[in-house]
Amino acid sequence: MFDAISGFFLDLYEKTGLNFNIFYDEFEYDRVLAGAVTSLELMAWVICLSIVLGVIGASLQHMGSRTLKGLVEAYVQVFRNTPPMVQLLFFYFGLGSITPQVDMGGYNEPLISSFAWAVIGLSVFGAAYNVEIFRSGIESVPRSTLEASESLCLTKWQTNLHIVLPLAIRVSLPSLTANVISLAKTTSLVYVISVPEMTYVLNQIWSDSMNVPEMIFVLFLFYGIVIALIGAVFSLLERKLRIPGFGQ
Amino acid sequence: MQRHEPYGAETASVSADAPIVSIRDVRKFYGSLEVLKGISLDVLKGQVVCIIGPSGSGKSTLIRCINGLSDVQQGSISVAGTEVNDARLDVVALRRKVGIVFQQYNLFPHKTVLENVMLAPRLVLKESRASAEQRAKALIAKVRLTGKEDAYPGELSGGQQQRVAIARSLAMRPEIMLFDEVTAALDPETVKEVLTTIRELAADGMTCILVTHEMGFAREVADHIYFTDGGVIVEHGPPAEVFSNAKDPRTRRFLSQVI
Amino acid sequence: MIRDKVHARSSVLLMNVTRIRWQHVVGAAVLTVVALAATLILQSEPESPVATLVRWMPFILEGFGLNLVMSFLAMLLATLLGVPLGVAQVSRVYLVRTVAKGVTHLFRNTPWLVVLFTVMYVMPMTVDLGLTRVDISDWAKATLAFALPVMGNISEIVRGAIVSVPTGQWDSAQGLALTRRQTMTHIILPQCVKRSLPSWMNWYALLTLATPMAAILGVREAVGSAQAAMEAGGGRPDFLIPFYLFLLCLFFIYIYPIALLTKALEKKHAAS
Repeated sequence: MFDAISGFFLDLYEKTGLNFNIFYDEFEYDRVLAGAVTSLELMAWVICLSIVLGVIGASLQHMGSRTLKGLVEAYVQVFRNTPPMVQLLFFYFGLGSITPQVDMGGYNEPLISSFAWAVIGLSVFGAAYNVEIFRSGIESVPRSTLEASESLCLTKWQTNLHIVLPLAIRVSLPSLTANVISLAKTTSLVYVISVPEMTYVLNQIWSDSMNVPEMIFVLFLFYGIVIALIGAVFSLLERKLRIPGFGQ
Repeated sequence: MQRHEPYGAETASVSADAPIVSIRDVRKFYGSLEVLKGISLDVLKGQVVCIIGPSGSGKSTLIRCINGLSDVQQGSISVAGTEVNDARLDVVALRRKVGIVFQQYNLFPHKTVLENVMLAPRLVLKESRASAEQRAKALIAKVRLTGKEDAYPGELSGGQQQRVAIARSLAMRPEIMLFDEVTAALDPETVKEVLTTIRELAADGMTCILVTHEMGFAREVADHIYFTDGGVIVEHGPPAEVFSNAKDPRTRRFLSQVI
Repeated sequence: MIRDKVHARSSVLLMNVTRIRWQHVVGAAVLTVVALAATLILQSEPESPVATLVRWMPFILEGFGLNLVMSFLAMLLATLLGVPLGVAQVSRVYLVRTVAKGVTHLFRNTPWLVVLFTVMYVMPMTVDLGLTRVDISDWAKATLAFALPVMGNISEIVRGAIVSVPTGQWDSAQGLALTRRQTMTHIILPQCVKRSLPSWMNWYALLTLATPMAAILGVREAVGSAQAAMEAGGGRPDFLIPFYLFLLCLFFIYIYPIALLTKALEKKHAAS
């Protein structure tokens, strides 16, 4: 891959002055590749974990006790109404300052790495939105459908699993897609806790090589493509789950 | 045809067949609003009973009390030997005996016709897939929807959905079927097909309790008619009597408006 | 019947007003308790983290003022740019429509931070206005950067609102011999205002929550000020939790009432 493109970009640099050094300098190329992989890994973790936490939160609100409902509601409101950047700083620096260090033979490593804090912080942030999305999905299942299930002697769990969940997921999917995309974009924010993902890495490269416009172009392109791909995956999912005659 | 006199139960208890549903002095309140003001009625096994009356007279509430979807504050409801108005009621045991079909069909929109009918037998009766499927297909044939097994509810007409709902209830092998204004939401063309299904069910000997506005149908298939108004049973009797020779002025007024 | 409805609606709003007041009271109470506790331990050596926080609080609050200023100006700019962009998205001219869609989607799909870097590094430090040269300060650049993603989203909200107005209204306006421009400004857009208000407020909240990013580029808003204060106080690790917690509270106290009001408006809108 590198060998195939490096000639072109070196040529481009010499002829036009457009310095895409990440495509002809092997060291920078590897750095960017690692940054892209970190970004994608972070997105995958955060999307999955925030959905799992969202489902758990919405289920607790659906079935839990009053206290539990209140706690989930408080969590949702706190994380929706405070800056995600400060949340990350609070997790990484604040809570990070009281989590234990592990002796790695000579030097100390924090038990929870900055990448792990990024996953935790962003998942907890994104899940606050997902709880509300899934909750409105659950509430969209008509009372009468639940009565029908009750009349057929399904237990509460069977009803939740076989009736409420499949319907709620389908109703929630469009809002979930929007939130997942927004969350994928928000991963760039972990720059503030120095996770070497795409934004961080390209920022370092343009500081070293003074090729800001070119690297910013790459950044736009990277997020544009990733967002388009995530959007495509979710609209495929939406099509797969579509039921003839239901919704729309 | 043998007619049953509900309030003569104490004196005419010589009959071997005791009522399968027996409601005594049932009262229900929503807050301070009394919606059922002391209702009593009996249904014998294999009987078809229609409850008629103006909107808001408590008909639907009454029918929903029979399978415990609504609770009552006073009185007793005995269904096939189970007392419904009892804190220790095993509601699952009760509902296995009593099927209900709703005005709005309430099918599961994400499941095919076959899956809708198979769901409860598989989950509740723990039937094997093969036997549940075989029986579901037979029931779908019974409601004349063979060929629609793999369709989703949203692809069917209202009348077809309602027949699936009937098949879904029958799959639980109930002893009694409740029909809560099952034709009220249907187009006039599709009302007939649903009524045909119910008529066939009645002919097979299923005990049926219907809340309905279809007076012609009630007159034709019912063994007994109850007329409710304002939370009480105003008048009851065989259809010929109630429809042609109503004693109470309220009944006469209602019938003159709807027929 | 209608009066009942109006009454019900106004009581919904009233309820919210009281809830907001309640939040403010609690917020003020918490701050007072913190301040009192702090004065009690102010003399102790070494200074407790809370005491340091209280000492630097005016400085941080001043920074928060800049967050608010940036949020107001950016929202104003985003609205002024976003509404015409949204109208352009439904233009009958293919080129205008396409360009407007392109711009809208570009800014909707790019992370805030990337837009911020772009504006910071690509925009010149000074602008030559012929007679005078104007220096553009970092916070002004950041304000522009925050306005752009919101502009994209407002554009999309406006487009959605225009499309959701029944086509019959276009027909009847045409029947009254109104031009397309007149129909848009007098018939269609006024209806969009009411419809879009909750989403608009939601984007204001999101924008305000994004303003701390300016700290990354050295702007002394609340987070930047707090970090500077921690540094000046000795940079002790036990500062981190109280200072960041205070920042979270600060934004929460400001944003939560807005979120409540947005929800109330949404409900009112859904009910009508």
